Amino acid sequence: MKKKWNIKLEVLGVLLAILWLAPFYLMFVNSFKSKKEIFMDTISPPESWSFDNYIKAFEELDFMQTLFNSLLITVISVVLIILFSAMAAYALSRAKSKLSTVFFFTFVAAMLIPFQSVMIPLVTVFGKFDMLNRGGLIFMYIGFGASLSIFLYHGALNNIPRSLDEAATIDGANRWQVFWHIIFPILKPITVTVAILNIIWIWNDYLLPSLVINTPGSETIPLKMFFFFGEYTKQWHLALAGLTLAIVPVIIFYFFAQREIIKGVSDGAVK
Amino acid sequence: MRTKDLSYWLFLAPVLLALTLVVIVPMLLGVYYSFTTWNGINTGEFVGFQNYIDLFHDQRFLDSLWFTTKFSVVSVILINVIGLSLALLVTGRVRSSKLLRTTFFMPNLIGGLILGFIWQFIFIKVFASVGEIIGMESLQGWLSTTDTGFWGLVILMSWQMAGYIMVIYIAYLEGMPKELLEASEIDGASSFQRFRFVVFPLVAPAFTVSMFLTLSNTFKLYDQNLSLTGGGPYNSTEMVAMEIFKTAFMQNAFAYAQAKAVIFFIIVAIIALVQVYLNKRKEVEM
Repeated sequence: MKKKWNIKLEVLGVLLAILWLAPFYLMFVNSFKSKKEIFMDTISPPESWSFDNYIKAFEELDFMQTLFNSLLITVISVVLIILFSAMAAYALSRAKSKLSTVFFFTFVAAMLIPFQSVMIPLVTVFGKFDMLNRGGLIFMYIGFGASLSIFLYHGALNNIPRSLDEAATIDGANRWQVFWHIIFPILKPITVTVAILNIIWIWNDYLLPSLVINTPGSETIPLKMFFFFGEYTKQWHLALAGLTLAIVPVIIFYFFAQREIIKGVSDGAVK
Repeated sequence: MRTKDLSYWLFLAPVLLALTLVVIVPMLLGVYYSFTTWNGINTGEFVGFQNYIDLFHDQRFLDSLWFTTKFSVVSVILINVIGLSLALLVTGRVRSSKLLRTTFFMPNLIGGLILGFIWQFIFIKVFASVGEIIGMESLQGWLSTTDTGFWGLVILMSWQMAGYIMVIYIAYLEGMPKELLEASEIDGASSFQRFRFVVFPLVAPAFTVSMFLTLSNTFKLYDQNLSLTGGGPYNSTEMVAMEIFKTAFMQNAFAYAQAKAVIFFIIVAIIALVQVYLNKRKEVEM
């Protein structure tokens, strides 16, 4: 049966999409207005598209540095989560035993623990060892990111036949070579999913950096945004320019990877 | 590979170390500290269940727990209804399907903190000016009362998460055998009947996943709460996560806050397990 086109549904969809985007529209148009103009009218486009707010917000946010900090932390964390989780899941899926089962369930059960339940001891313990810095933050992301990632990798690995490992072993490959040259490349689709889920979470995380990062200059975007916003609560024009700046990198990422992102999210939830 | 092999342990070592130091040790320490007068530096003395007894008389904590529960129930229902509706819409006979999916999903890519700030502007400034234009005074001063603050959070959360849940429902809707739908259509089922008796039972497994996600996300909400209302007015929109944070880091009552955190964990775990259990049972019946 060929799909007929339903115009009513189409119109409804477009209207809803406009409603969905309205908050972004309002943020965007008002970010170009002066304080006075926002007071007069919040709906219309600005009288003139002046970049003054952006220049001020860019400087106040130390935007290039903040963007770099976010990129650095996200990229390193996600690369390490991918590598270490895939390795662990490989070991657990290939060495079937009671011990592996116990490990696997421990990793999965850790997903149930809300961050607030470990937050206070985590910060005090890491504080004692002088680990409240970017290195410590990345290490924490590995710990918190491992559960879901191992779960996803484990599912995918169970579908890769062991005969592949055995063939490579007979050809003289050691464990690491089998994993790195044979298995890991096959895992690419699930790696994309794992990467996307972790990127979204880590890039946007506020609470953990707010507890761990306390040196000026190493703040991530959400963290900097929080302080910036506190300073400019009454100056919406600057605050909105800052918010728009903060969103731009995400929009660019979404523009280039939307297919993988939506697929990754649905695979991650369905599996 | 065998568990005796050195390679087994080398492959596991990095995550084992990270998970142990970041989740397991803090969790066990946390449970221990919750029975003491720990102040973040000294362990203090062992006080048994005193912290736990105290928190059941702590009106602010109980209020936050009640507020969180109300917020979660309302949000979970709304997010799932909107999410499923959006999924049905974009899998229906529309040409802009891909664009619509991209649009509805977009808020999920942006952090809760930033989304909260955007909506703060909308509730405070845009609502006020719209209210002035159309002469609805009730649109003034959103976020400054407990009720409107509550609905503000619900609106923000529904707008953000419905697109995420939509993606999950889409996955199940598209995995549905087309023949079933066509057969029922030929048999003369109305679209409501088709939805009720064919589509609905087939997407039931999606409920398990999406209920779990929405429930745990709304119950543990912190960022949006912080940036939208900050817990105000007078802590009346303060959710549990924020209440625990403030008890620990603003009042410096570390052991007491940790006791609250343990209770929080128990509640989250019970909700998650009961919910998955009930949904799984329902799936089998269908």
